[in-house]
Amino acid sequence: MSKVRVLVGTRKGAFVLTSDGKRQKWDVSGPHFAGWEIYHMKGSPVDPNRVYASQSSGWFGQLIQRSDDGGQTWAPVDNKFVYEGDPGTHLWYDGTPHPWEFKRIWHLEPSLADADTVYAGAEDAALFQTTDGGKSWKELPGLREHGSGKFWQPGAGGMCLHTIVLDPSDPKRIYIAISAAGAFRTDDGGQTWKPINRGLKSDQIPNPEAEVGHCVHRIAMHPSRPDVLFMQKHWDVMRSDNAGDLWHEVSGNLPTDFGFVIDVHAHEPETIYVVPIKSDAEHFPLDGKLQVFRSRTGGNTWEALTKGLPQSNCYVNVLRDAMAVDSLDQCGVYFGTTGGQVYASADAGDNWTPIVRDLPAVVSVEVQTLS
Amino acid sequence: MIRVVLPFHLRMLAKVEDEVQLDVEGPASQRSVLDALEARYPMLCGTIRDYGSLRRRPFLRFFACEQDLSNESPDELLPSAVARGDEPYLIVGALAGG
Repeated sequence: MSKVRVLVGTRKGAFVLTSDGKRQKWDVSGPHFAGWEIYHMKGSPVDPNRVYASQSSGWFGQLIQRSDDGGQTWAPVDNKFVYEGDPGTHLWYDGTPHPWEFKRIWHLEPSLADADTVYAGAEDAALFQTTDGGKSWKELPGLREHGSGKFWQPGAGGMCLHTIVLDPSDPKRIYIAISAAGAFRTDDGGQTWKPINRGLKSDQIPNPEAEVGHCVHRIAMHPSRPDVLFMQKHWDVMRSDNAGDLWHEVSGNLPTDFGFVIDVHAHEPETIYVVPIKSDAEHFPLDGKLQVFRSRTGGNTWEALTKGLPQSNCYVNVLRDAMAVDSLDQCGVYFGTTGGQVYASADAGDNWTPIVRDLPAVVSVEVQTLS
Repeated sequence: MIRVVLPFHLRMLAKVEDEVQLDVEGPASQRSVLDALEARYPMLCGTIRDYGSLRRRPFLRFFACEQDLSNESPDELLPSAVARGDEPYLIVGALAGG
């Protein structure tokens, strides 16, 4: 019998939600690390019982926790994130040079091939790696030392490396995204990087089609088609069919194309999901109606999915790492809100039910499908 | 023997229920006490002082004997009442946020 484990990071702790394959009854475990911000938790695809969590606090800094039993028990591992060499400066909000300073880990991406190897995306933007299960972390400095690095500027949420996508067909190819520098790709395991922002247009920056400087919110990929990428940008939903070399807009008939999350159906590479948010000035759904939009055509044509979701007086946000899918035959889709709800659909988005309603603000949602 | 009181979240992290008692070699300064604390509880490394610079994290304060020692030199000797173990060395989370 299959089982699903949902890993939920919140502003005040971590929660682990489990169900059988029917996904009707859920057990809730937590809060783990009560009172701490859990920006992200993710399990290893190689060993699903190996789960990593990014635990942080404005008071006490960054910790990384590791579980070897599927999130039942945890132990802190190394938390020493130090930039390689003299990190120099990037641009501050006012355009002046500002020293690179480590603040937190936004995203943990375990390797597809080795449970001890994990990539970590940091604020201020940098990519770190462990190859010993978290006992030590080392920066892959080629990204930060990309020639454009000294011109990167933070977005409103900080200058964070928030998205890491691994190519299952090529272990040396990694995609990352930084707010507000844009998307980058390495084809040599992180030694060198190239910006992949051609086709993006951001009217909020001096040169709307600049090589870097775009506020990319999230990138998603279906593992069967690693050259096809979907992006939720600050505004605009985008698609690339050539590994990010060129993007085109697929916002189509969305009522607003601002948003944070984007994800792909587990079995249908052309079926994608977004949650439109009213605007960058008003981070809540249009008209107080929480709606997931699904495209079965890889973008441009979208349908609203509303059954089971609040359709009045709903003013939550859905943050960039707070949507995930399971890989059961009938694909499950999950997302969490800043109002503390985690919604699940066991039928690819047609119907939604809250698994939990009153957690702290949800920052991240990841799903493990267990056999 | 030096007595150290940790804030709630660090007590949970270090899995200690009450104040911590440390043997510190040589004269007791804030640096030597924090070095001994981190040696006994490695999971606290980076949570009180930044890696590298070893500077106090901005939202933490160090108190002892009704004095705020937060901005004192880390090598300044602690009050003798702390060194004797009569008074605790307090690591306090600053009042900030909601």
